[in-house]
Amino acid sequence: MGLLFVTFIAGALGSVSRFVVDAEIRRRWLRSGPWPTVVINVTGSLALGALAGWAHISHAGATVDTILGTGFCGGYTTFSTVSFETVRQLQERRYSAAGMTAVACLALSVCAAVVGWHLVA
Amino acid sequence: MRSRDFSKLPLDPDVDVVSRPLHLRWRAVAVVFVGGFFGTAARDLLQKAYPHHDGGIPWATFAINVGGGFILGLLLESLLRAGPDDGWRRRLRLLAGTGFCGAFTTYSSLASDTNTLLLASRPGNAIVYSVGSVAVGIVSTWCGIRIAALLPAASRGEVA
Repeated sequence: MGLLFVTFIAGALGSVSRFVVDAEIRRRWLRSGPWPTVVINVTGSLALGALAGWAHISHAGATVDTILGTGFCGGYTTFSTVSFETVRQLQERRYSAAGMTAVACLALSVCAAVVGWHLVA
Repeated sequence: MRSRDFSKLPLDPDVDVVSRPLHLRWRAVAVVFVGGFFGTAARDLLQKAYPHHDGGIPWATFAINVGGGFILGLLLESLLRAGPDDGWRRRLRLLAGTGFCGAFTTYSSLASDTNTLLLASRPGNAIVYSVGSVAVGIVSTWCGIRIAALLPAASRGEVA
């Protein structure tokens, strides 16, 4: 029960981190578009790949993976916003931009998870 | 009250807050925190209730992402049609959208579980899971947006 609660708190902190990182990227570099979310998902996937790799090789890693992986990384990264922004691009008839968002986010996030895993495991 | 008396009044915290960016206001951050807590809880409990075997497709995460996309599409389109992004509409967007849907759905699990399927020499499952999640997620989010757009004007905003 204690581990569950800590995991949910970590997820809440991950959400707040996403909220702040997204807004800061938009304020400093990119005013609009899905790219801040892509940056968040790629960095979160790199971290989760590494945590999953750690969980694979040690028992201590498994507990950390639950709290920081399921909790923080899960709350930090998001799928629904990417889907939503892709659909918005489709509705604006920006088909190549929509395809680019969907493909780049998936390909880069999976590559990041693979790299994260092999850095640790 | 005469204008010279205003200097004696305490500073209204809401006035100071108006010019500050949303993500630096503690109340907005707290609302995202609460939504994120329950979004993470719902995701974790669903994943535990429907576990996947090694080398199998994580259908719970698949359903969470597809369902969360649908909810976010329905929510954001309903709020957009209900009026400008302020007051209760903004609080609901931060609570249910940024907080709950953001934390309920996950991209890192999608990426990491795809890596696990590749490591288990299940490239077919890896492609079906990853590309399928993205493709079906786009369709479900589009459905959420379209359903919100079809709702009668009187009930718009109450649905979310």
